[in-house]
Amino acid sequence: MSDPVKSPYIGRALKRVEDPRLVKGLATYTDDLRLPGLLHVCFLRSPHAHARVDRIDTSAARTLPGVVAVLTGADVNEHCGIVPCAAEIPDLKSPRHTVLAGDRVYFVGHPVAVAIAADPYVARDAIDAIEVDYDPLPVVVDPEEAIKAGAPLTHPDLGTNIAFTHHVTGGTDIDDAFRRADKIVKERMVHQRLTPMPIEPRAVVASYHRGDGTLTIWSSTQVPHLVRTLLPGMIAIAENKLRIVAPEVGGGFGAKLQVYAEEALCGHLAMRLGAPVKWIESRRENAAATIHGRDQIGEYEVAVKNDGTILGLKARTVADLGSYCQLLTPAIPTLTGLVLTGCYRIPAIKVDLVGVYTNKMATDAYRGAGRPEATYLIERLMDIVAREVGIDRVELRSKHFPAVADFPFQTACGVTYDSGNYQGTLAKARQLADWDQLVVQRANARAAGRLSGIGMSTYVEICAMGPSKAMPAGGWEWGCVRIEISGKVTAITGVSPHGQGQETSLAQIVADRLGVLIDDVVVLHGDTGVAHYGRDTYGSRGTALGGSALVMCIDKIVAKATTLVAHLLGVTADRVVFADGRFSAPGVERRLSWAELAGEAFIAKNLPPGLEPGLEASSFFEPANFTFPFGTHIVAVDVDRETGKVTINKYVAVDDCGIRINPLLIEGQVQGGIAHSLGQVLFERTVYDENGQLLTGEFMDYAIARAGDIPDYIMGSTVTPSPVNPLGVKGVGEAGTIGATPAIANAVIDALQPLGVRHLDLPLTPERVWRAIQQHSPVAV
Amino acid sequence: MISVRLRVNGSEHRRDIEPRLLLVHFLREVCGLTGTHVGCETGICGACTVLVDGSAVKACTLLAAQADGAEITTIEGLATNGHLHPMQDGFWERHGLQCGFCTPGMIMSGVQLLARNAKPTRAEIADAIRGNLCRCTGYTHIIDAIEYAAGRPATGGAR
Repeated sequence: MSDPVKSPYIGRALKRVEDPRLVKGLATYTDDLRLPGLLHVCFLRSPHAHARVDRIDTSAARTLPGVVAVLTGADVNEHCGIVPCAAEIPDLKSPRHTVLAGDRVYFVGHPVAVAIAADPYVARDAIDAIEVDYDPLPVVVDPEEAIKAGAPLTHPDLGTNIAFTHHVTGGTDIDDAFRRADKIVKERMVHQRLTPMPIEPRAVVASYHRGDGTLTIWSSTQVPHLVRTLLPGMIAIAENKLRIVAPEVGGGFGAKLQVYAEEALCGHLAMRLGAPVKWIESRRENAAATIHGRDQIGEYEVAVKNDGTILGLKARTVADLGSYCQLLTPAIPTLTGLVLTGCYRIPAIKVDLVGVYTNKMATDAYRGAGRPEATYLIERLMDIVAREVGIDRVELRSKHFPAVADFPFQTACGVTYDSGNYQGTLAKARQLADWDQLVVQRANARAAGRLSGIGMSTYVEICAMGPSKAMPAGGWEWGCVRIEISGKVTAITGVSPHGQGQETSLAQIVADRLGVLIDDVVVLHGDTGVAHYGRDTYGSRGTALGGSALVMCIDKIVAKATTLVAHLLGVTADRVVFADGRFSAPGVERRLSWAELAGEAFIAKNLPPGLEPGLEASSFFEPANFTFPFGTHIVAVDVDRETGKVTINKYVAVDDCGIRINPLLIEGQVQGGIAHSLGQVLFERTVYDENGQLLTGEFMDYAIARAGDIPDYIMGSTVTPSPVNPLGVKGVGEAGTIGATPAIANAVIDALQPLGVRHLDLPLTPERVWRAIQQHSPVAV
Repeated sequence: MISVRLRVNGSEHRRDIEPRLLLVHFLREVCGLTGTHVGCETGICGACTVLVDGSAVKACTLLAAQADGAEITTIEGLATNGHLHPMQDGFWERHGLQCGFCTPGMIMSGVQLLARNAKPTRAEIADAIRGNLCRCTGYTHIIDAIEYAAGRPATGGAR
């Protein structure tokens, strides 16, 4: 046994306490749960994008040996309420979203019936034995066509495909800005639909205890507390009889930031059938019926002076919502408007957004959720503006940065950036990239006839979501810390990590603040029976908000311990000193450890008057603002003229996520995020054909990055603490995905610029790039 | 029903099974070894990778009946006497995992790579795991982890 690692822990690249169970194959994911009498659930899903359901015949399915029940919407919808949407959008037109389809189906993958059997193979057999007569209806696929007069309707009963419109103006007078402009730079950009594809699909186990009337649902979810809050509005169970557990969760990326129909239905089935049930999503179901991301089409205009000064920005965006509003569907494209100006002083903005229903799966929060779209468009626009005005793109960016002293910095989008040093990350990234040398290399490559490009993005994003006033239903976070009678420490957090490593990073914070060994700290999470309240994990909030709630708990415990120590040592409280995990007082020989104090506090035979027994505290942390991490990514690429294939030669990422708790985990988050971006830029795209058929329903057709696609990284950081939480942490879960997409895209377009290419939409597949090269090349022989 | 006999992590399992039972479900449901995961059921994601007679195989694309008589090693069979296999240790040391769902399959592919190439280059490692998808790490730390394991003895040594 090696000696235990000693404090301080914050700032150190400690390996994770989560890992031993995971590398041994001994972790418990939802599918690994075993309950006596467990029944298996399988869904029949629509093969049509839009159809009337004329008849469902379940008679053959029901008679298969081992089948317990086969149910349709007519059997369950009246018991299961409406799938919730928590977005606050005025005048939102929202279709009635039942757990199973009623007399119509609205997207490929729409659940139509459910079979329950003792064996999962038999449940699938039962699904295959159900007969459904569909009468296909006109399909809405293209959101821009959908808002034209006379277009077919996704939901005929709504009378329109427009779910909502959203108009924002901010800062100075936008019309005046465009009148004063020397030039108006316009571009249309399509931000393609993406599929999150966590490697663990969704999974639900539900078990009802008839004796006490309690229901426990294990779900592969990011948000056990939100599920517990919202399910009682759907099925016949009270909140205080419902326990939600997120066991080991195999990735989320926003796809599991939801309350899904299947979760409610499994809970209902467990109660209805009096037996525990399990549903494991197949990959095909995951691609078709778990939320998608992005899917915005925009026309953008920048008002600019001849010296490059940007006066204003207009965005007209069509957001494809798919067929239903899931938990946050219509809110996601509105988030884009909050960071539209990026890290630049742009005095006036105008956003006109229309959210459109189409016969596809719903879009919702996918890693970055609205901010990657904003960063992509502003960073592409900065390159386009620089080129049109004839100013260096680094200079153009730099010229519009607020200075360090300008923070807190209020933007025209109506948010206040907490802290920043944009010149700092830019300078460091340029230095790490050896920028001047890159430019020379590019010139040499071009002189030799090669297509060589350099791209950059200087990004800012919104994290640590968020102040309750700005969130749909509470943005605080909860925590509880208990010094056990043995002196061991139990920290309970309301965030619900699923790969981020907060059992480690939160333990680092707790161990440092208490002055104990990290091995003596256990962090519990993801079970509403243990972590009574919480707002879970999304929006890069876990460490900043979950950690801050724990810091508040520790402050309370130290204060209480100080009172107890003063009593035990016979001194006044102001003479008690707490350092390195020990309490003492000048001139008193006796020193008290946490174990001794916990013994005194729990045995409680010698407490000062009025002091409660125990050494435990819980707290709600309410952030004063969001945090705004930022950074600079620089990428160098070569494009093969013959094939259109892009090769990344250099990748530099400098990210500032505030105070760094565990640099190893931060590096992992950034690299993981960049891999999502790399996929988005080079090959990922969710495709529906003109009939609304999903063509990317498997890993065979939807290409996520593989190991061989990843470049070598040069990674750097700067540290600008956030003033809005006691840890100074900003958050880093989405930074890579936000910063990388425009940097890689800008590099490819830069490589094609000598041919006259101004913009290409993503993904920049070899085919799309090759076609652009052909179109822009001098006519071949 | 048909009879099969498989040796899994050194223990013999004789069972009468349905002919259509996949190897991955035999391991998970019959043997109770849930460390082998199912991510796609089409042989692409590699979360279900196990060693069948020493070769890395995707257990979701093989029937248990096809593995009759075979020697299977799963993630649970790698550690010896409480010591992590160097590949498991490498994933821990180099932060080669986040959510951990792809990890058992990734580790088994890494083990097989080192069995045939003790000192692979980073490019060779990336190529060897192209049949294993990870959506969390971005792969760099996974390649670091396999590099860490390369050259370390396969028994004892590690913690």
